[in-house]
Amino acid sequence: MSWAVPKEVEEKVDALVRRYPKPRSAVVMVLHALQEHFGCISPEAIEWTARKLGLRPINVLELVTFYPMFRREPFGKFHLRICRTLSCALAGSHQLHRHICEKLGLDPAKPGPQTSTDGLFTVEFVECLASCGTAPVIMCNETQHEQMTIEQVDKLLDQCRCKCGTGREGNLAAEHGFEP
Amino acid sequence: MKQSQQSNDPLAAPPGMISVTVDGRTVLVPRTMPDWQGRQVPTTMLQACELAGVTVPHYCYHPKLPVAGNCRMCLVEYGVPALGPDRKPMRQPDGSLVIKKSPRPAIACATPVSPGMEIYTSTPTVKLMRQSVLEFLLINHPLDCPICDQAGECKLQEYSVEYGRASSRFVETKVHKNKQVDLGPRIMLDQERCILCSRCIRFTRDVVGDDALGIVNRGSYSAIAAYPGTTFDNNYTLNTADICPVGALTSKDFRFQMRVWFLKETMSLCASCGTGCNIVIGSRENRIYRFTPRQNDAVNSCWMCDYGRLNYRWIERADRLTNPGGTKLTKPDWEDAINGIAAGLKQTIPGHIAIVASARLTNEELYLVRRLAQFLGAPTDCAPRSGPADNLLLCADRNPNTKGAQLLGIAASLPGANLPVFARLIRNGTIRSLLVFGEDVTRHGIAPEDLARLDFLVASDIHSNGTTMISHYFLPGCAHVEKRGSFTNVHGRIQKFEKAVDPPGLARPELYWLSELVCRVTGQSVGRTVESVFEAMRAEVPAFRNIAWADLEDHGVATSV
Repeated sequence: MSWAVPKEVEEKVDALVRRYPKPRSAVVMVLHALQEHFGCISPEAIEWTARKLGLRPINVLELVTFYPMFRREPFGKFHLRICRTLSCALAGSHQLHRHICEKLGLDPAKPGPQTSTDGLFTVEFVECLASCGTAPVIMCNETQHEQMTIEQVDKLLDQCRCKCGTGREGNLAAEHGFEP
Repeated sequence: MKQSQQSNDPLAAPPGMISVTVDGRTVLVPRTMPDWQGRQVPTTMLQACELAGVTVPHYCYHPKLPVAGNCRMCLVEYGVPALGPDRKPMRQPDGSLVIKKSPRPAIACATPVSPGMEIYTSTPTVKLMRQSVLEFLLINHPLDCPICDQAGECKLQEYSVEYGRASSRFVETKVHKNKQVDLGPRIMLDQERCILCSRCIRFTRDVVGDDALGIVNRGSYSAIAAYPGTTFDNNYTLNTADICPVGALTSKDFRFQMRVWFLKETMSLCASCGTGCNIVIGSRENRIYRFTPRQNDAVNSCWMCDYGRLNYRWIERADRLTNPGGTKLTKPDWEDAINGIAAGLKQTIPGHIAIVASARLTNEELYLVRRLAQFLGAPTDCAPRSGPADNLLLCADRNPNTKGAQLLGIAASLPGANLPVFARLIRNGTIRSLLVFGEDVTRHGIAPEDLARLDFLVASDIHSNGTTMISHYFLPGCAHVEKRGSFTNVHGRIQKFEKAVDPPGLARPELYWLSELVCRVTGQSVGRTVESVFEAMRAEVPAFRNIAWADLEDHGVATSV
């Protein structure tokens, strides 16, 4: 199957490019648009962006590898972002991160996002999520979970699995009153 | 009323100049200086320090590249004249300026100087900053100096000696990266040694115009890379190994061949095209290991092309001519050969002899050929040699001295135009004798069967070729790295080069036996040294009239013609 940018995405990209005095300036926004559509930034997307903006692919690759928000591989269904900055670190976020990684069979020492083999979870140790007053904080996709403990993390993982029908049965969401 | 000012008042500099004080020494520096492209831009603190004779250590700054300011090695402290409430510089009771020291240091490579500025490069703070920058740079550096090709000419080593700490405080685990990244056909990258100064990126992007390299990933994991699936392959890639201040980029041709401190350095020229890039030859025990560019802003700036740089292996090829020979020479002896050729030339008749001389010969050698040709009444020409030019240094004329051959009247106005004429005149029996110096005319339109008709054929070259093989006498010549002399580049710049290695066997510089032949045939001696021949040439050839050998120095002189 050949890789192609659908017409509506390309139109969106063209509109983005028009917002800047130089096409090059639009590169981050264009990458966001492509990631939103494709789920990640593939080599094809990098090369397409470079052609679109009159750049060399290495210029785009530099950006994609620099910003953690750009993914080079598809992420899991649930993107767990564990805050590693000071307040959360003091409140035990490193232990939470290690616990999650070990539970999902991932290497806590490895830098960058990692995805579990079942493709359900992507774990990322990130900088400040801007909720220092309720440390430690974890974001599951777009939902923020505050003052997390090991027990709550276990429940969160179970809940996520339930949503996909891969975990044990039970109405955890109703039981514990939070949304993954 | 204007305050009385001392004659050495820093604010009273001549027009176009700025007075700054570097480590207590006041110097006048130009208000603007050329940037990497030669445009006049405000003089920086680093340039002012250089003019004051003070070295400011730096990694990312290079005078021929845009300023990046990322390595922080050139941090210095400085102060500027303090202004009073009247917005005028305040003065001490003795009339000297009140200097307000900046609370923060500044990078000398990117900070312009201002009138009355004081720069401090040896304060305890500056020393500590240099030490700290080095400590950061060495955090993830592998310290594999014993096997590193850059060792001996590495800025990390040099600055560690001058400004670094004696011991490391780093007890954590180093980040490991790829030590053998095949960036391109001629360049190998060791990502661990890289200090991310970005000189290579700027060089290939801004000087060559091939934006092939970038920094990928971030933080401690940052690394130089080409886009996956592409190779770093333009004609100037090896310059990145030269400007790499550490051992990250190495030449595949040179790596692991020789420790640099064993190399003898000889000032020379690249002979692979008419540009005449200035080079340094690195040799040891009569073997050439590398060519590196030598700065000459009138010719090649700090660069040379990969094609010219790697074009030296032929010098030690096995088919080098190592002794005089030919069908009429009974033993390989110079005396016999010169005697035989001189005797043969004395019997030639003007109008029945022609000379082909290579545009790879030096000005001095071509001048001797001219003396011979004038005495013998022989028409002359060169063999043209061309290839595709590029937009930077490589020129279409692949002979190093076509211009010299033209100025000396050896080459036809369109070099090579006489060769078909010679071929015709040989075939119809008009030309009975042919002298060929440093070329194979069978590859330039004169067939071996035509050469066989000649009464007298003398040839010389570096390697055995189609002409030397059938000549009555052949003489072994020298590569330019094996002799001294001068070339005139395509723009008419006369540049000299020195001898790096000895020729093999009995091979001798063309000047040595051409001067002997001129002496025997014409009865006039022009001496046997490059200098004496150059003097004779100067007296006779207008283009060289105003130039003495000593004037050529390291960077050559442009001819007035």
